[in-house]
Amino acid sequence: MNPISRRKLIYGSVAAAASIGGLAAADRLATRYGLIPPDGGGLYGPGETLTYACQRLMTARTPAREFPRSMISKNPFANEVAPPKEEFKRLQAGEFRDWRLVVDGTVARPMSLSLADLKSMPIQSQVTEVACEEGWSYIAEWIGTPLSGVLREAGVLPQSRYVVYYAIEKGLWESIDMADAMHPHTFLTMGMNDGDLPVPFGGPLRLRVPRQLGYKSLKYLTHITVTDDIKKFGSGKGSADPDYGYSWYAGI
Amino acid sequence: MTHWLTFIAFVALLVSGGEIVISHPRFYWGEVGNVNTRPLFVIPIPASRDTVPTGYGYVMPDQNGWSRYLHFQAAWVVVLAGLVYGIYGLGSGHFRRNLIPARRDWTWHAYRDRMAKYLHRERADRAEKSTYNVLQRTAYLVVILVLFPLIIWTGLAMSPSLTSAFPATAALLGGRQSARTIHFFVTWLLVLFLLVHVTMIALSGFWSRMLAMITGYTRDSEEGQ
Repeated sequence: MNPISRRKLIYGSVAAAASIGGLAAADRLATRYGLIPPDGGGLYGPGETLTYACQRLMTARTPAREFPRSMISKNPFANEVAPPKEEFKRLQAGEFRDWRLVVDGTVARPMSLSLADLKSMPIQSQVTEVACEEGWSYIAEWIGTPLSGVLREAGVLPQSRYVVYYAIEKGLWESIDMADAMHPHTFLTMGMNDGDLPVPFGGPLRLRVPRQLGYKSLKYLTHITVTDDIKKFGSGKGSADPDYGYSWYAGI
Repeated sequence: MTHWLTFIAFVALLVSGGEIVISHPRFYWGEVGNVNTRPLFVIPIPASRDTVPTGYGYVMPDQNGWSRYLHFQAAWVVVLAGLVYGIYGLGSGHFRRNLIPARRDWTWHAYRDRMAKYLHRERADRAEKSTYNVLQRTAYLVVILVLFPLIIWTGLAMSPSLTSAFPATAALLGGRQSARTIHFFVTWLLVLFLLVHVTMIALSGFWSRMLAMITGYTRDSEEGQ
């Protein structure tokens, strides 16, 4: 008795051929509809691509989880990064009056905004959770203006696909796709729990991306570049995270 | 096929999950939890981040990066293999024939009886050679219908993007930190299952079981355990 019959062999080959053809077609469709993340290549590319594609198909526009004010953490954990350097201290001494947010790249009207300029834009608040990749979390009220408003004012050109953003410290940068950049809960945050955003929590200016893990909510924001080609930045994987092994897309 | 894919992915999930826990070996109940809140319990090991007070003057090497990539990729393997297995199991009648305990075995007596047989190390009777007994059926069903769905659910409940679409995935469990804690305990239940499972295979003859798995046949002369 032969455990592997000819019929099984034929069915198996047809199934294998169909899968390869299917994968090739899926790859082409995914590229076309922006379902492949910048770090979608390499050993862990398949898992990242599946996650990102599913999230973009299901959650491109879903609102971030919000909580009642009674759930705001009494004693949030700042997870302070390295002590600020000279340039930051100089700006801090001037109460951040000279802090600037530069907006450039594929926009019709590049801008340089002060904190006062940002505060003159529509101010909103959200009570959302910061969840760190390490496992801990806290809830706070975040006060600021949606990034989408600033991007609209700058006039994002139609070919734009990603928003790259930088901290005052050299080498600290991140990027998100247009779905997250235009999301109503993605805030240029200047306040926290009814006060100014404290320095340990990223003050004077932090980008809040509440539908992704904490490391995408970059502290000490100074520069935003809209782009149609993410490969031109760093090693081409959308941020420095993938170089350290961390996913570019942190919505999981 | 799905069995071995799941096994490899499970080992990858276990190792990478352990590495992720090391970065914050504290567990909480509810929505939020961090070093400024009271933990439910703490694993007494050094952490891989210096922001976690562990009482040790030592910080473990940080392996979170590749661990997270591997964890999520391996999770996809388990989910996809599980889908294939589930569809095949329903379609082929494998669940009905081999996994759902027979009506007459739905009694405590049947369970106690079979357990006694194990404890006395009696040989399996002929009927058990080609299928599973009531204890095996129950254990497999609990793993397939309770533990795997629960570990996937609690994992997804920690996704900030998925919970934006389905807040109930986290809320029903009591919050994000509760999901993390349940995820941790279900892992141990799955490890416990794996240990018993491998012990039983070793007792019944490792190579004869492997041969049976690969060819689908048992030798008639074989002595079942």
